Amino acid sequence: MEILTQPWPWWAAGIIIGLTVPALLLLGNKHFGISSNLRHICAACFPANIKFFKYDWKKESWNFFFVVGIVAGAAIATVFLTNPDPVQIHPDLARDLAANGITHIDGMVPTDLFNWESLLTLRGFILIVIGGFLVGFGTRYAGGCTSGHAIMGLSNLQLPSLIATISFMAGGFLMANLILPHILAL
Amino acid sequence: MSVVKNFQPTVADSAALIPETDYEVRSLDAMCTNESQLEHPWWHNFKYVAVGIFFGITFVKAEIISWYRIQEMFRLQSFHMYGVIGTAVVVGALSVFLIKKFKAKSIYGEEIIFYPKKFSKGQIYGGLMFGFGWAMTGACPGPLFAQIGTGALVIVATLVSAIAGTWVYGYFRERLPH
Repeated sequence: MEILTQPWPWWAAGIIIGLTVPALLLLGNKHFGISSNLRHICAACFPANIKFFKYDWKKESWNFFFVVGIVAGAAIATVFLTNPDPVQIHPDLARDLAANGITHIDGMVPTDLFNWESLLTLRGFILIVIGGFLVGFGTRYAGGCTSGHAIMGLSNLQLPSLIATISFMAGGFLMANLILPHILAL
Repeated sequence: MSVVKNFQPTVADSAALIPETDYEVRSLDAMCTNESQLEHPWWHNFKYVAVGIFFGITFVKAEIISWYRIQEMFRLQSFHMYGVIGTAVVVGALSVFLIKKFKAKSIYGEEIIFYPKKFSKGQIYGGLMFGFGWAMTGACPGPLFAQIGTGALVIVATLVSAIAGTWVYGYFRERLPH
């Protein structure tokens, strides 16, 4: 049981995630990718006569079921398989965060940064709302996210997916190292 | 006497033909589409819930949805995320290779097909923007759902913002460089 509650190693997670690709293909010719769900939600709830949202989203409803599974799986892991030990992070990261008032290193997201009250602060608003907006806008503009491009696309040896993945990483490096320190200091 | 019109499509006609079929709109700039031609009763979808559950458990236990791990990834302070993504790509690529080699069929007997993706400048511009958001939120779309599943309910605000971002993209799509 302990082997399940400790953080899982990268190779185990990588294998399971990688196997999602053939699993979805074999179960029904479904290509792995999650960001499209954001588009399907728009198509289902507020298409507003926009061409990009006018298609038979019901044909992609398998993906809604998939993300419901993700939410459920995350809840199951949190309730039954919680790691009893404190979260370990790199000391340099801990120091940078502490310098900006982020001292509670717990869970999946720092509660010092991500909480309902912080939405009303500039720092929190930028991270939660602007950050979220960029994820939604950027993934659709790129035609996929890490699951669609980095995993499904690269598994199929698609050059556009390699270009997309490199752009994801470039954006992340720029933000995390050059811009985020200033946002965190707000 | 009947007259049979000889239809010669003009340039204007072919422009109007793109994209017309529902499949073409569905697969616009999308990596993950339902390539299946079959229709099933809705409860067949529960198998995708099952796959999703395994996926969600893995996301949490391997800390893939951890804001901290993403920071460490972009600051080169940890190998963990590179190991996860790298292994996933190798396993995925091997699986796709085997599926193609053995012309594997789905459990419904349908041939599994792959279409090449076209390059678009959006992959670069959109990719960079998504990268910014990824580093800020510590999550890509899948992890957003998982973070909510762990009880970080404020991430619902992030998810709503992401849906808004997708909607705004759809609104401006024709005016953006691709």
